[in-house]
Amino acid sequence: MHWLAKPATERNTQVFIGVLTAALVAVCLLNLLLPAGHPLHVSTYTVTLLGKYLCYALLAVAVDLVWGYLGILSLGHGAFFALGGYAMGMYLMRQIGDRGVYGDPVLPDFMVFLNWESLPWYWHGFDMAWFAFLMVLLAPGLLALVFGFLAFRSRVTGVYLSIITQALTFALMLAFFRNEMGFGGNNGLTDFKELLTFDLSADSTRLGLFVASGIALGLGYWLCRAIVSSKLGRVCVASRDAEARTRFLGYRVERVQLFVFVVSAMLAGIAGALYVPQVGIINPSVFSPLFSIEIVVWVALGGRATLYGAVIGAILVNYAKTVFTGVMPDAWLFALGGLFVVATVMLPQGLAGLFAKRKRSTPAASAKGAKEATA
Amino acid sequence: MSILQSLANRDRVFEFLVPDESPVDVRHGPILYLEDVSVSFDGFKAIDDLNLTIDDGELRCIIGPNGAGKTTMMDIITGKTKPDRGQVWFGSRHNLLTMNEPEIATLGIGRKFQKPTVFEALSVFENLELAMSADKRVMPTLVARLSGEARDRIDEVLAMTGLQAERDRAAGILSHGQKQWLEIGMLLMQRPRLLLVDEPVAGMTEQEMERTGELLTSLAGKQSVVVVEHDMGFVRSIARKVTVLHQGSVLAEGSMDQVSSDPRVVEVYLGEGI
Repeated sequence: MHWLAKPATERNTQVFIGVLTAALVAVCLLNLLLPAGHPLHVSTYTVTLLGKYLCYALLAVAVDLVWGYLGILSLGHGAFFALGGYAMGMYLMRQIGDRGVYGDPVLPDFMVFLNWESLPWYWHGFDMAWFAFLMVLLAPGLLALVFGFLAFRSRVTGVYLSIITQALTFALMLAFFRNEMGFGGNNGLTDFKELLTFDLSADSTRLGLFVASGIALGLGYWLCRAIVSSKLGRVCVASRDAEARTRFLGYRVERVQLFVFVVSAMLAGIAGALYVPQVGIINPSVFSPLFSIEIVVWVALGGRATLYGAVIGAILVNYAKTVFTGVMPDAWLFALGGLFVVATVMLPQGLAGLFAKRKRSTPAASAKGAKEATA
Repeated sequence: MSILQSLANRDRVFEFLVPDESPVDVRHGPILYLEDVSVSFDGFKAIDDLNLTIDDGELRCIIGPNGAGKTTMMDIITGKTKPDRGQVWFGSRHNLLTMNEPEIATLGIGRKFQKPTVFEALSVFENLELAMSADKRVMPTLVARLSGEARDRIDEVLAMTGLQAERDRAAGILSHGQKQWLEIGMLLMQRPRLLLVDEPVAGMTEQEMERTGELLTSLAGKQSVVVVEHDMGFVRSIARKVTVLHQGSVLAEGSMDQVSSDPRVVEVYLGEGI
């Protein structure tokens, strides 16, 4: 079978994975093979920056999964991202060992500074990588499970759910700001040395983390695509558009919502865990409601319910942010707001909608295009 | 079966694991049985001592003026509204008052709502696929694959409802009549024992009405069908037995000719030209 004859979703995934792989390989080659002075050389600084964008892209895909396909506008996905990040941060803190400023073999610096005698119970186990990596999944997953169970069971949806998710991330931010919580207060966790015995300041480690982020994005995208193109994905779309009707067909909508919400939270956690070693710090500002709203803007700009739109949106907006905050730091928020207005007014289906519009003009795609137009 | 026999029967070690093959018990005749059902909203008695029996395989039309309690009755049967008192039985085994909406739907009661609600973003085929009776828990749904048999069933329902040509089109771009048929098709995918159809021909053209009538009469026999309808001409064309509801209880029951000559029915419908 010719690859064009395959279902559009399958082709989308192949194209996406292909482009992603090509980009990863190209960046690695341009970084490793070309000398530092060459105009096409990609510096390690840029590689880390791109790695950060890829983490954001994975986070955006996670948000698109629940917002685009399930119709749940989560304004608190930053919380799951941050929890994954904190789990990774705690592991990295324990890896510092006695190389901290105070040289305590067990206690992280901030605990010594606060005159803490011993490690709080919830810090135990984070010296082991497998445990920490498990927590990267479990911490956001459990929070999503409990939160989602309560919210979806009571059939809280729509704008009310959005507000509650916003409150959730805000409450967590306030909690993590407190020194007594034992997560480093407003300074957060930083001064990391190594990850799995690899020196975090080494160029090779940075390149490795970039590639790992790319692979995580590819796998996360593939997983989300598998979910949305399964029968369960069609149930998601059905419950997004007519929840009561879906329930009436015998589907337990609240369980479908819970399942997808937990998967999405775990993906966000993985994104956070890969983000932290690349930026070298995790602090409560990641819990800020503003960040969670920003994620939604990425997805809206890229185009809802396409998955690849979320990736495009996340990378473009963050690239714009990097450029703008370099040139005119004060103007960034205005630019972001402007982008959102432009996207809402002129591109209701985001940048991905432009591709769909172009495709619709060909007769073969007209049925698919009409479908998207009504979505 | 004695205990010894059941112990000897090794293919049924765990009795509770054996799925119940025919859960609805209709040996005693009626498939649906409502007795002394009452429900009031803020003091208004929407349903007042309603008694209704639907036989297995019957096509029953329910008529009545606005506010007679037709939709509330449907809500009670499907578990959306709980009555203040009374009994509602499906066959002679299932007490519907102890079950919730998904359980009742799974048991085999399908309802077509007044306003057609199909999943507009999905294709006609996908709408039918979702409606098909299947294991609807999360994990089985995630890994579900369409079997050839299921495809045949969908094609069969597409043929019954005359929607073959629209198979891969988005349900959102169908005409009003086509949406109504798709919704009936979705009900059929669940292989229901009892179909509750709320105002199927509202807003339809004469031609569409005729086809809907044919569709509904062809369904009766294999399943029981209860049609709530305002359009008297339509009811006359399909009905064998008609129940007239008034102020929450049954006013008259019988053939269309019988009820339309009943002086009480004429009084209730005065000026509406029954």
